Amino acid sequence: MSDALSKGEVTSTQLTQAHLDRIADVDPAVKAFLHVDAEGALTQAARVDADRSAGKKVHPLAGVPLALKDVLTQEGIPTTAGSKILQGWKPQYDSTVVSKIKDAGIVILGKTNMDEFAMGSSTENSAYGPTFNPWDLARTPGGSSGGSAAAVSAFEAPLAIGSDTGGSIRQPAALTGIVGVRPTYGAVSRYGLIAYSSSLDQAGPFGRTVLDTALLHDVMAGHDPKDATSINGAFPDVVAAARKCDVKGMKIGVIKQLQGEGYQSGVQARFDESLQVLASLGAEIVEVDCPSFEFALAAYYLIAPSECSSNLARFDAMRYGLRVGDSDGASAESVMNATRNSGFGHEVKRRIILGTYALSSGYYDAYYGSAQKIRTLIIQDYAKAFAQADVLVSPTAPTTAFKIGEKSDDPIAMYLGDVATIPVNLAGICGMSLPAGLADEDNLPVGFQIMAPAMADARLYQVGSALEAALVSQWGGHLISKAPALGGSK
Amino acid sequence: MSSLSRDDVAKLAALARIEMSEEELVSLASQFGVILDAVARVQEVNLDGVVATSHPQPIQNVFRKDVVQPSLTPEQALSGAPAQEEQRFRVPQILGEAE
Repeated sequence: MSDALSKGEVTSTQLTQAHLDRIADVDPAVKAFLHVDAEGALTQAARVDADRSAGKKVHPLAGVPLALKDVLTQEGIPTTAGSKILQGWKPQYDSTVVSKIKDAGIVILGKTNMDEFAMGSSTENSAYGPTFNPWDLARTPGGSSGGSAAAVSAFEAPLAIGSDTGGSIRQPAALTGIVGVRPTYGAVSRYGLIAYSSSLDQAGPFGRTVLDTALLHDVMAGHDPKDATSINGAFPDVVAAARKCDVKGMKIGVIKQLQGEGYQSGVQARFDESLQVLASLGAEIVEVDCPSFEFALAAYYLIAPSECSSNLARFDAMRYGLRVGDSDGASAESVMNATRNSGFGHEVKRRIILGTYALSSGYYDAYYGSAQKIRTLIIQDYAKAFAQADVLVSPTAPTTAFKIGEKSDDPIAMYLGDVATIPVNLAGICGMSLPAGLADEDNLPVGFQIMAPAMADARLYQVGSALEAALVSQWGGHLISKAPALGGSK
Repeated sequence: MSSLSRDDVAKLAALARIEMSEEELVSLASQFGVILDAVARVQEVNLDGVVATSHPQPIQNVFRKDVVQPSLTPEQALSGAPAQEEQRFRVPQILGEAE
């Protein structure tokens, strides 16, 4: 698309209109979007077209449409984080990520559905109803960035942005057959990213190819004085890495703890085949041991709820958002209690209560304190593993896309879906999921996860591009071309 | 097996400023046993001498220069307010009648 735009074969206005038409056609079934900003998108597209025809130098992605997860603020555009407590709120400022994509001339089509405050793995926890997986509308697209992943997978947008606190970019990318990257913690500014768990949250790109994803990653990353945890240093050239397609001599570590038992047979089979492909391309495959990973899920479900119980205290019905029960004589406290009861969904309440418990005096050391120590052990496991290998790999999720409602009454089963993605977040490193094929038993996409040390994001793209090129030539096209047709017109 | 009673959940909900229906209290209490058992696995590991990690990267306090920067106008700041009065956020009564 970027090529066609720069050669003048298509205008951004045409491209944007085509995607708006596609959204009108298929989104009633997929429900990826919470808000479509057709007017804003076409205005931005016309501006880029004018700049191009005036011969101005523009970014390679200028004029390319994008879907934005509803967790990032965009000035004047409704932003809800999938929650009723923010219904109707229009932010007064752009998040840094939005400023950067606007500066690059990227066209924002609208805001995508998500699990409320990014708490979930299926997008079923949205206050505005679930998103449906374009591969099989009876199944979830994963979550929490399920709307963004489904939009890219259903050709409603070529690019999208999500956020990843425990796997919320990589898992939906895996379940919808696309590419998704969680960058190194601190590489992408969190200014204007509505906080769930501040020490784990990170926004990142989705695309249908490794190179598309790299181009968007490159736009998003960079130091930001508005985020005190933003890294101030030299950022890796992910675009050059995505063009390398070469793994000769690289060492690839398979994490013993993240495969085998508990992984669906079709998932394991596609993972094993991808490993053979990498070996045939000249990579050396080694096995690495990360014994503390067994406790990662438990540590995550203490750390994230603890941080969220504190972060979500800001929704107090005083300065913005919903206010309930504000009748004559009602106290601020009773208004707060009533607003938070009707504004928050079930999963959000469950995590706030769990976090409040884990941080309460008498339990702090046993729960939150222990979880933080497990976090140290996980970082040490990674350090040892990365001494033996350039990148580490695993299946992204233990299963393919599950049915809507299948796990929504069983929090533990739902949480288990994040078992392979969570260690990356706890250690603050980076990870990618890319399509590894379809599982034999259900013909649904399987994700292959690549992990690299902090600020070594380029390695993800180098290995990812090599594996993608080999698999695409084997399949005779991108995996996404095998997805069932949706809608009527195209 | 760990467990939380309905009253424990009610106490936590009050601390978290969330009003909850009786049904919700009972249902959360019944789920908490399983969830607490799952997360209590962090206590199975010998953690003697292990330093806690609160943040994935070594960070120091970051200061910015003490210069005035553009900020929101009162109209912008109040644009999302549930209620306003005389260019201020109007909030429900904070102090009790007796005070």
